[in-house]
Amino acid sequence: MSLLIGVPREVFPGEKRVATVPEVVEKLIKQGFRVAVEAGAGDAAQISDDAYRAAGAELVADRLALWSNANVIFKVRAPNDEEVGLLHEGQMLVSFIWPAQNPGLMQQLAARKVTVLAMDSVPRISRAQKLDALSSMANIGGYRAVIEAAHEFGRFFTGSITAAGKVPPAKVFVIGAGVAGLAAIGTASSLGAIVRANDTRPEVADQIKSLGGEYIGVEYVEEGSGVGGYAKVMSEGFQKAQREVFAKQAKDVDIIITTALIPGKPAPKLITEDMVKSMQQGSVIVDMAAEQGGNCELTVPGEVVVRHGVTIVGYKDLPSRLAKQASTLYATNLFRLMEDMIKTKSIEGDAVRIDMADEVLRGTTVINQGEVTWPPPPPKLSAAPPAAAKPAAVVPKAKGHGHGAASGPMSGTKTAVIFGVGALLFLFVGRYAPASFLGHFTVFILACFVGYMVVWNVKPALHTPLMSVTNAVSSIIAIGALVQIAPDLTKISADLSRPGEWIRWLSVGAIALATINMFGGFAVTHRMLQMFRK
Amino acid sequence: MMTSSLSTVSYIGATILFILCLGGLSNQETSRRGNLYGIIGMTIAVVATIFGVQVMPAGLPYIIGAMVVGAAIGLYAARTVQMTQMPELVALMHSLVGMAAVLVGYANFIDPAVSVGLTPAEKAIHEIEMYLGVLIGAVTFAGSVIAFGKLSGKITGKPVLLPGRHLLNLAGLIVVLYFGYRFVNAHNVQDAMVPMIVMTVIALLFGVHMVMAIGGADMPVVVSMLNSYSGWAAAATGFMLNNDLLIVVGALVGSSGAILSYIMCSAMNRNFLSVIAGGFGTDSGASPAAAGGAAQPAGEVNPILAAEAAEMLKDAKSVIIVPGYGMAVAQAQHTVNEITQVLRAKGINVRFGIHPVAGRMPGHMNVLLAEAKVPYDIVFEMDELNGDFPDTDVVMVIGANDIVNPAAQDDPTSPIAGMPVLEVWKARNSIVMKRSMASGYAGVDNPLFYKDNNRMLFGDAKKMLDEVLGALKS
Repeated sequence: MSLLIGVPREVFPGEKRVATVPEVVEKLIKQGFRVAVEAGAGDAAQISDDAYRAAGAELVADRLALWSNANVIFKVRAPNDEEVGLLHEGQMLVSFIWPAQNPGLMQQLAARKVTVLAMDSVPRISRAQKLDALSSMANIGGYRAVIEAAHEFGRFFTGSITAAGKVPPAKVFVIGAGVAGLAAIGTASSLGAIVRANDTRPEVADQIKSLGGEYIGVEYVEEGSGVGGYAKVMSEGFQKAQREVFAKQAKDVDIIITTALIPGKPAPKLITEDMVKSMQQGSVIVDMAAEQGGNCELTVPGEVVVRHGVTIVGYKDLPSRLAKQASTLYATNLFRLMEDMIKTKSIEGDAVRIDMADEVLRGTTVINQGEVTWPPPPPKLSAAPPAAAKPAAVVPKAKGHGHGAASGPMSGTKTAVIFGVGALLFLFVGRYAPASFLGHFTVFILACFVGYMVVWNVKPALHTPLMSVTNAVSSIIAIGALVQIAPDLTKISADLSRPGEWIRWLSVGAIALATINMFGGFAVTHRMLQMFRK
Repeated sequence: MMTSSLSTVSYIGATILFILCLGGLSNQETSRRGNLYGIIGMTIAVVATIFGVQVMPAGLPYIIGAMVVGAAIGLYAARTVQMTQMPELVALMHSLVGMAAVLVGYANFIDPAVSVGLTPAEKAIHEIEMYLGVLIGAVTFAGSVIAFGKLSGKITGKPVLLPGRHLLNLAGLIVVLYFGYRFVNAHNVQDAMVPMIVMTVIALLFGVHMVMAIGGADMPVVVSMLNSYSGWAAAATGFMLNNDLLIVVGALVGSSGAILSYIMCSAMNRNFLSVIAGGFGTDSGASPAAAGGAAQPAGEVNPILAAEAAEMLKDAKSVIIVPGYGMAVAQAQHTVNEITQVLRAKGINVRFGIHPVAGRMPGHMNVLLAEAKVPYDIVFEMDELNGDFPDTDVVMVIGANDIVNPAAQDDPTSPIAGMPVLEVWKARNSIVMKRSMASGYAGVDNPLFYKDNNRMLFGDAKKMLDEVLGALKS
């Protein structure tokens, strides 16, 4: 007997999405689940019952039977009161919950002694990206926001010169460059609009540029990154500076798309009535934060209204308006979650016992068998720190020599030891070596240092030419042979028997070998350097 | 004939030119001038020596004969060598310097004229210098010949490990020291001949043994180390002959090679001694046994076809190409350049990421890309590029493995833990071109291959890239 996943039809008015699609049903069955889908669940998303049946799902017409038999319920929207009543002890519910906004719902669910995994609470760490339903929904929402704006807007997005006159390009201003904002930037710029975008986190400027947008910064020094890659509430001074920037943009642009959200708080009011008044007739504002109250003062959540000649779109169901796409991505997110649960042994056969040591599952689980486990401990920072900390522990501390840029300064004792040994060595040389040797020794030591200083400046890209040129230069050893081939012998007493022939031919050999290097080395270096070009 | 002072001044001039030569390599614009400085410096040094007081005109015919032969061979080799064979050529040239040092040392050794009028202390020092010069020269020569054999595939790239090899080396060292003592105390050339020859033979054996024990992928360290040795050999010869120019140049080359070795070692997070002690690096893709019980990544790899890879590249806005030894083996650099041009013509931002130890010698990849006429301003070092991967759409890894292994950062038990790597897994997608699923030289499986956003393109790099190029153009 394996776990039965039940997928009921969404009952929220206007909700067209469904929590699984036939492609994912197949994958779930492969993982050992059974899947039951309520008849007509996919109708609004243009997915027929037959398609589910063909994928291997059981079609259940009786809604109550589905809720009572299933071990796991997949949903999109948080359950309403009636649905909460259908849950029974031991069941697991996976859906959007918004625990911060819905404390009442949390209490009700806890009272039913169920386990609840909230897809809006998936921690924002790299490993959890594949099950980050917020991102996949935001992505769709951002796209759809631009499409809605285009629908309400009376002009082309792209500028062109036609026989019938010049069409100026539309100017779009996107506030908030999270996943939704970036999707909107990309969509709008690919439609040909001039896109500008603002975000409180200056580090996203590059991402905005990469999608064809222009980053509009606020000239006010404050770091806006909160924990886990979300934005945070900004100071009064910053907000004032920000309003000035927005007011200036509002006068200039045709379309404003706002996506500013702060986790667990109502959406910040960024677009004032005065700004709306200053916009041109026929402009459009799409307020993607409508569900959390809206970024614009005049937004009516769920509706399209015209105020001061500006159309303000406050739809709360943007992802749902691309129902099939949204359902497919959401279903895949849920499937990845199930995979993770199997991998962590949170699901073994029929038993569900969530591994609360796993960071992703810990964050996602808001109620564990009737016990409220929300909010989770703060997530670790997603970016650099953990990655940086680990290698630091691994890298052996002693880096050998204190060579140049790559390593930090040596410890005091180590420096002292090296200098001490060096001093002893020099003392020894100074005590015993004859004066003639010391001259050469000085030259040698200084040359080592010059070489050290010069070579650290060589670009890694030129390391091969460096080797071949040092190779060529080391053919200077030919000089050693040259001076032996025919020395001035007049000063030497005649009674020394000198094997002149031997010396000569050894030297000839050495000269020939060194000359190969001399010519070959410089020539091949030249050949290589010729190739390096811009 | 030049006076002695004039030769000295010429030597100083040559020294300055050599320093400028190395300094010129600090960037591509000045590098050609740097090479020219080197040529001028060498010409001045040789001419000043030939026409200096130490060479009588009687030697000229021999000198000219030897130089013509050497120049002909050298120029021929420089013209015909392929860029993928650069490591072999460089290794071979090191061996020539080593051999020359040995010959000069012997010539000096059998010449009784050189020690006339020396005090006992000076004589002892001179003999030690001679002994050392021949020793270093012989090690360089033998080691370089073996390195050449390994790099050109004439000798197996796998480390050849004799039982008790550290003891063997130690015994060799003791014998060399003992005969060094006998050599210095010998009264005439005949007495000293035996220690000298025994030492040379041991040095040669030691050179062979040392490089035989080092695996193919550690070759960048070995090549730069031999580069350093050839410099020290020249410096020792300079001491022997009381020639400051040789000392200076030898020290320059020696420290240059030492720095390169150090850079290569830190790029692999290996201790220099452990590389020289050998036995770790095996030839790429040969050793399946993972050392040290590292966690084996599990999961499925996602293979794709060349046409799909081309689609991914076409749809990308920014692409980073990470070449490795596999690209050199397959001689695929020209195809890579053509792909780069096609992509750049489409307005895609294409860059190259080079790991310091990619290939078989320092800077190997840069030379290959330069040969294929890839503009050097889109070729970047690891550190310059590592921050950019998260904003990159597609990373294409060509014949590289360990240098892109995330285990180096994530898995402290991995044998390559702590080695700096290119963080390609942070890109949105990656394509790894490989001949098979075999692990890299470190014998470590690569978790990158199992990542969700990674695709494997199996096959010969050249053939696959040609197909990708074909798909891109169609």
